[in-house]
Amino acid sequence: MIETHNLRKTFKSRRGPVEAVAGVDLDVKKGEIFGFLGPNGAGKTTTLRMLSTLLPPTSGEATVAGFDLRREPAKVRYVIGYVSQEGSSAPEIPGRTELVIQGRLYGMTKPRAIARAAELIESLELADCADRPTKTYSGGQKRRLDIGIGLMHLPQLLFLDEPTTGLDPQSRARMWDEVRRLRDTGTTVFLTTHYLEEADALSDRIAIIDQGKIVALGTPDELKRQVAGDVVVVGTDQASDRVLELLRGQPFVREATAADDLVRLYVDRGETAMPQIIRVLDSAGIPLASLSLNRPSLDDVFLRQTGRSLREAA
Amino acid sequence: MKLLKDTWLMFQRYLLVFLRNPAWVAIGVIQPLLYLVLFAPLLKSLVQVHGFPGGGAYNVFVPGLLIQLGLFGASGVGFGLIAELRAGVIERFRVTPVSRFALLLGRALRDILTLVVQSLILLLLAIPFGLKPTVVGVIVMLGLVALIGLGMSSLAYAAALALKSEDSYAPLIFTLSLPLLLLSGVLLPLDLAPGWLQDIAKANPLSYAVNAARDLFNGKGFDQAVFEGLAIMAALAVVGVLIGARRFTRAIA
Repeated sequence: MIETHNLRKTFKSRRGPVEAVAGVDLDVKKGEIFGFLGPNGAGKTTTLRMLSTLLPPTSGEATVAGFDLRREPAKVRYVIGYVSQEGSSAPEIPGRTELVIQGRLYGMTKPRAIARAAELIESLELADCADRPTKTYSGGQKRRLDIGIGLMHLPQLLFLDEPTTGLDPQSRARMWDEVRRLRDTGTTVFLTTHYLEEADALSDRIAIIDQGKIVALGTPDELKRQVAGDVVVVGTDQASDRVLELLRGQPFVREATAADDLVRLYVDRGETAMPQIIRVLDSAGIPLASLSLNRPSLDDVFLRQTGRSLREAA
Repeated sequence: MKLLKDTWLMFQRYLLVFLRNPAWVAIGVIQPLLYLVLFAPLLKSLVQVHGFPGGGAYNVFVPGLLIQLGLFGASGVGFGLIAELRAGVIERFRVTPVSRFALLLGRALRDILTLVVQSLILLLLAIPFGLKPTVVGVIVMLGLVALIGLGMSSLAYAAALALKSEDSYAPLIFTLSLPLLLLSGVLLPLDLAPGWLQDIAKANPLSYAVNAARDLFNGKGFDQAVFEGLAIMAALAVVGVLIGARRFTRAIA
């Protein structure tokens, strides 16, 4: 559905050129939910804007829904939908009107657009508010309307930019269901997010982007398997540098990083590593604040690839 | 064909936005109305002054006031566009196959309609004060206002798209519209001005519009000034639309 080769975008700034997207290769398959995960400023939105014809790439090749992005953007536009972070409706206009106008911009006849709008209002549960101006909508209603606007013309491929940013947990869960339902009806979904949980729970496959480059690509499980073993997190009282130094050299520790007062240790078997950690710290006279054993998360994948925590970076 | 259809759709949408805030029609009329009530009477005693155009104080002042309405009304339209940029509406349209020209023209047509309605209201309100309009004069006058509306609002949209924030857009239009107004002869006829001021005013396209507008109301009929004014405003409209449409097609980062 999407194929890119060495896609790049360089912006000019006062301090010289800034490479926002530095050679991205992607292969998004038909009918999957593809998650694009990365901290703010990593190049997610820039990539998305290029793929949705909003921004011309500086260089590289991309095919979207079978059309060449650079040579046939007009054809790409007919088969994609795009839901931006900012929203998409005017505060004065009722949601139903926005939906109908959107359909007609794609060449639908008026009766067809009205019927399709009614369909979406029903399935997105917007019946209560569809005929009110959108400024009266709740955050969740507004987001669902945005999705509806993006879906009016039955696109093969839907781009969602940070679909749940700013939503309460309930609306977020609702949005996740909506996205899964889309995939189940055959729509390919390409979504960006800086929420680990969202990428993990929703995506069939994930690309992790940092500083304009893809640092990892695969299913959530594949990615987590790359970080083999367990993660032991040691909490200390302002002694994380010393703890890191002491534990990094231990034979059972494969990798160790420190952030704030937490030291993360990547070990083969957590349950045998933990007593040894306690012994090492005890003999060095360092008091433990906390100790926990975790399965690797996508954050650990990010941490391993970039040396930074996504939670910190975001 | 697609351009016409898309323009019509966009026009309908923006008209709807506008009709949801009908107060804006009135707000646009209030400022010129204040000029009509609180400033125009000062001109009555100037009618005798050498160089003051004929036709009576109101037939001289009101046509210029309509040009001012066009200038101020159209230069403020960028605020709405900046709000829409922020709300993601422009992005949404740019991802659709809608004609880029239509994104501009649909809005500009709505602005023109607003200006024409406001001008009619102002003309009607000016009659009790002593304005003596002719039907042909009013029709051509509205055409002139429409051309200014198209040209100036297109330029205003181009500026709004380039600046993307009210904080830089507002000072720009206030800084530009004041000299344009002073050098157009709206408030006092430029015939009263010293030679050097008249020379500078010749570089201001709006001064030709004001001359044309005055001649439409002073019984001179279709003289050279009217054709000049219409031609220059038409040229302004073409240039404005080209610049505006170019901005709409370019990426908005």
